[in-house]
Amino acid sequence: MLTVLLILLPLALSLITFMIKDEGAVKKFALAGSLAEFAVAVAAFVQYKTSCHCTLLFHADWFSSMGISLRFGLDGIGLLLVAMTTFLVPVIILSTFSHSYKLPSSFYGLILLMEMALVGVFASFDGMMFYIFWELALIPAWFICALWGGNDRIRITFKFFIFTFTGSLFMLVALIWVYLRTPAPHSFGFEWMLAAKLSPMEQSWIFAAFFLAFAIKIPIFPFHTWQPDTYAESPPAGSMLLAGIMLKMGLFGIIRWLIPICPQAVQQWAPGAMTLGVIGIVYASVIAIRQQDLKRLVAYSSIAHVGLIATGIFACSIYAMEGAVIQMVSHGINIVGLFIIIDAIERRTGTREIAKLGGIASKAPRLAIFFMIILLGSVALPLTNGFVGEFLLLLGIFEAHPIFAAVAGLTIILSAVYMLWMYQRVMLGKTNELTANITDLTWVEMATLIPLVVMIFWIGVYPSFFIETSLGDVLQILSLPINK
Amino acid sequence: MTPISTIPIHYYLIFCSTLFCIGVFGVLVKRNALVILMSIELMINSINLLLAAFSAYTNDPAGQILVFFIMVVAAAEVAIGLAIVVLIYRTTHSIDINVLNKLRW
Amino acid sequence: MIAILILIPLLPLLGFLILGMGFRIIPRKITAIIAPCTILISFILTVFVFYNHICLPASPPYYIFPWIHLGPLKIDFAFLIDPLSILMMLIVTGVGFLIHVYSVGYMKDDPGFNRFFAYMNLFIFFMLILIMGASYPIMFIGWEGVGLCSYLLIGFWFKNHDYNNAAKKAFIMNRIGDLGFLLGMFLLYTTFNSLDYREIFAQAKVMTAGNTTLVAITLLLFVGAIGKSAQIPLYTWLPDAMAGPTPVSALIHAATMVTAGVYMIARSNILYMLSPLTMEVIGVTALVTALFAASIAIFQNDIKKILAYSTISQLGYMFVALSVGAFTGAMFHLATHAFFKALLFLGAGSVIHALGGEQNIRKMGGLRKTLPKTYWTFLIATLAIAGIPPLSGFFSKDEILAGVFESNTSVWIILVIVALMTAFYMFRLLYLTFFNSFRGTEEQRHHLHESPAIMTIPLMLLAILAAIGGLLNIPELFGGSSRLSGFLAPVFADAVAIQQRNTPLTYATEWILMGVTLSLVLIIIAWSYQKFVKQNKGLQPDDAPRPLAVKLIIQKYYIDEIYDMLISRPVLQLSKMLHDVVEVRLIDRAVNGLGTLVVWTGKTVRYVQTGNVGFYMFIMVIGIILILFFNILI
Repeated sequence: MLTVLLILLPLALSLITFMIKDEGAVKKFALAGSLAEFAVAVAAFVQYKTSCHCTLLFHADWFSSMGISLRFGLDGIGLLLVAMTTFLVPVIILSTFSHSYKLPSSFYGLILLMEMALVGVFASFDGMMFYIFWELALIPAWFICALWGGNDRIRITFKFFIFTFTGSLFMLVALIWVYLRTPAPHSFGFEWMLAAKLSPMEQSWIFAAFFLAFAIKIPIFPFHTWQPDTYAESPPAGSMLLAGIMLKMGLFGIIRWLIPICPQAVQQWAPGAMTLGVIGIVYASVIAIRQQDLKRLVAYSSIAHVGLIATGIFACSIYAMEGAVIQMVSHGINIVGLFIIIDAIERRTGTREIAKLGGIASKAPRLAIFFMIILLGSVALPLTNGFVGEFLLLLGIFEAHPIFAAVAGLTIILSAVYMLWMYQRVMLGKTNELTANITDLTWVEMATLIPLVVMIFWIGVYPSFFIETSLGDVLQILSLPINK
Repeated sequence: MTPISTIPIHYYLIFCSTLFCIGVFGVLVKRNALVILMSIELMINSINLLLAAFSAYTNDPAGQILVFFIMVVAAAEVAIGLAIVVLIYRTTHSIDINVLNKLRW
Repeated sequence: MIAILILIPLLPLLGFLILGMGFRIIPRKITAIIAPCTILISFILTVFVFYNHICLPASPPYYIFPWIHLGPLKIDFAFLIDPLSILMMLIVTGVGFLIHVYSVGYMKDDPGFNRFFAYMNLFIFFMLILIMGASYPIMFIGWEGVGLCSYLLIGFWFKNHDYNNAAKKAFIMNRIGDLGFLLGMFLLYTTFNSLDYREIFAQAKVMTAGNTTLVAITLLLFVGAIGKSAQIPLYTWLPDAMAGPTPVSALIHAATMVTAGVYMIARSNILYMLSPLTMEVIGVTALVTALFAASIAIFQNDIKKILAYSTISQLGYMFVALSVGAFTGAMFHLATHAFFKALLFLGAGSVIHALGGEQNIRKMGGLRKTLPKTYWTFLIATLAIAGIPPLSGFFSKDEILAGVFESNTSVWIILVIVALMTAFYMFRLLYLTFFNSFRGTEEQRHHLHESPAIMTIPLMLLAILAAIGGLLNIPELFGGSSRLSGFLAPVFADAVAIQQRNTPLTYATEWILMGVTLSLVLIIIAWSYQKFVKQNKGLQPDDAPRPLAVKLIIQKYYIDEIYDMLISRPVLQLSKMLHDVVEVRLIDRAVNGLGTLVVWTGKTVRYVQTGNVGFYMFIMVIGIILILFFNILI
């Protein structure tokens, strides 16, 4: 029941939020609501940890004639991602407190609606429900970017919407195809879809369709071009939701649906997918070096990081798969942290252009410290969250293909190059007119960043807690190709 | 009684095809909306006749029942069609179809 | 026991946390107590561990808590306490403490006082983790962590752009090495199914020498050592790293962090002993580095840069020792080098302090009178590094030279040449700084002063260590008992067993070798005295006409410029090209092209809608006819 509550609560909260008029009340209500949702997620986590590690499954018929049912559950992987989502949403909401948006009730209502859709994606055990939530998440994301975004928002969000929506339609086709191959009576249920009988040729086509949808959402090179523009034009909260949580849907989709449904095709096409991933890592890292806009730089770094995660998933090794799960959570935390910092800088100086900034560290030491910690997390320094994920990912990739690991490993050099150079140009050096009177972080901003920093070190120093949660399910997914 | 079958079926076929072609020709060539409607009626009736003929030849009443349905539909269609023509006439003072090209591109 | 072991790295970490969180509120006086005291207590505990160890050797790794446990992969936070790690711990905490005390005086007026000590404590923490870890990943934590502290401390004065660039360069070059280390670890894991030292070494012991996998592993790990210990081709960060405050150069870039590579190879001695090919690679790299860096040092004029190149050269010495299997010799030289090089840097710091930030030795001179304590300690260190008996450097260098002579005479000759160059540039530095008359400005002359006691006392303590450090391992030749060798023997026992022993040198040969080296060094010292003190030459301005070869050396062989041209610029160009051409013109254009295609199709096809009803009907009829026609056909 906790699983259903996790989905319904944000929906109810969002409907109420839409009706509140007063801005201050909306903010407080949205924060309190998202914290309540987080508390439910923690309860689910505790229940999962203390009980027999069984999946928290809920089942109810819906369109039984069409084999669509309300099947929700949380296995270890889904639970970690739901926990991350519900953890990040309050942080994101709190980070917007310094802003004053027009139509505040719609803004916060949409954020909560999006949280509901994201939790739904991670908790669905029915193919059609997965698709519905997948598309549902796109709608609030689009509205948030299109209503509160930058000057070029209409063109950019249109591209973003069409691009990701096109990919999703391929996934719909693939889902229906698999549905038609399930044993009679047909069903979209997860177990039925696993039992579908697919010829190798069909598997390849379904792989291609799924891969396109997920690759666009993740995004994997060369399907990534919507992303830097969208991040740059979105409001900060929109960028955080997109980068921190939404793109995990694609990675999660590969783990939950793609690999179990067509394991042979995955084995057949994995080298190709890994090649794309590895190209993406180097390509995006190199491009990130010369970016002038902070958000675009972070966007490209994100492409590189998720490229590594995708490469690791397709390596089909327990280390890489588990590393991917850990790194998905870590990446969410780090990138939200980076966007909060960028937002803090942009609000104070009015610009995100790196060349115009400099010397902030001498005026705002707290900002510098938090920026440095989050930056170290994303360049994967040991004892921060980034290292655990990248270490396991690279180890797994190395086990499968040493050459890929060597090339993918360039990310640890290149990430240091672009991140440190960015830090140097923004934070160090002498102050200029823009940064001379910059103020340090306020307590509210500290309150948004401290939970993130705690998580960075928690995952970095004692990752076993998170590894244990998802290890059983990772092993199960990897054992599937052998059974089928 | 002379059964209907004494007249060979291909007479009906040729006659109905001719009627149909006249209808088609009228639709394609004429510019007056009323004449076009009449031509369409002609085509429908040619089909009706053919249905009735085949129905009689094969002793299957389904064809004749279908004819009644078609006549009902055709009547409704003519009613709507004429109503549209009247409205067009009121706005454009013409029933020349070449005037009705506002919906292009 | 385990509580003590945890406390040793934890105390500096606590110091870091306290100073880091309260860097605005904690008064300087309290910082000046907290920071050195944490290290002092760690040092005392280490000494305790050391004595404990002598009574009870051979302890299993001390398990603390699981770090990454994933199926067969088990990485624990565990400490391995053996002679090798104890030796390093003693050096790090001991020298680290002295440098902390010195820094209290040196950084007295710096606005970033608390920040400085926070970073320094963090450095000691990571360095201890590096040394104490019982497996490669734990070592890697420290390995990257000290790199981070090095970055933070080189760029300590972050308002200066050149310093920031130096810091960034150090971090990135270290990261290149770290990638090698990381890949080496992966290969280790896939080969041995473990990353724990003991398990790996136990399995490796029985492998045949020259195993390809082992060679690959050791080469990859050596890449890590190249980055961290500043060997060719990744050495250029170390001279730039002198941008940091001088105590940092002493602690991180001379005594401890840069020797991590030597420690790592000594730790993995069995793996390296079984990979002769790697040993040759190390030998050649290190030998070239030692010679190369020494040649650059001769023509440098910045007091810290000279010492930096000297450090690179001395590290090369240690790696040469490792490459011939003289692990004890390398560790011995590491220890003595930590003493005298730290002393040299602190002495240089004292000079810079006295001159108000001047680092160019051509503007110094005659400081013997005004800075007597600094002068005497500096002299001891210089004699030690030049290898004059009975100071520490003599014994450690001699051990390396003897070890090398056993295996390869030509290498020995090159090392002797390097030793002569070392003596030359060090005495050049000494003479130009402390002899003759002062060449700085009148204002500087006015302010000349000996450093306060808080700076000179660590100098003197280090001078004592630099002087008597050789006692650790007096060879039998002098009637000593090679204590250090005996102490470290259990660590290197397996490697020594594998090594094919060359016939040991006779005492007579050793005496001759020693005599030859020593007399040559003395001649060099005398000659440089003649050149720099008596004739007072060697002070030509930069633009003085010189032979081409000398110009080449003065410009540091243009290595920085070559790297800039071959790596930095192409990467930046590539970045621009990828973004402007591939990203925008190719991929994004293809994506937008798809959208444009749809729009274009709509635009074109809409012309069918002529608005002519007759035309529509015509098309309809044609369509019907076509359908009928197809029906007949099929």
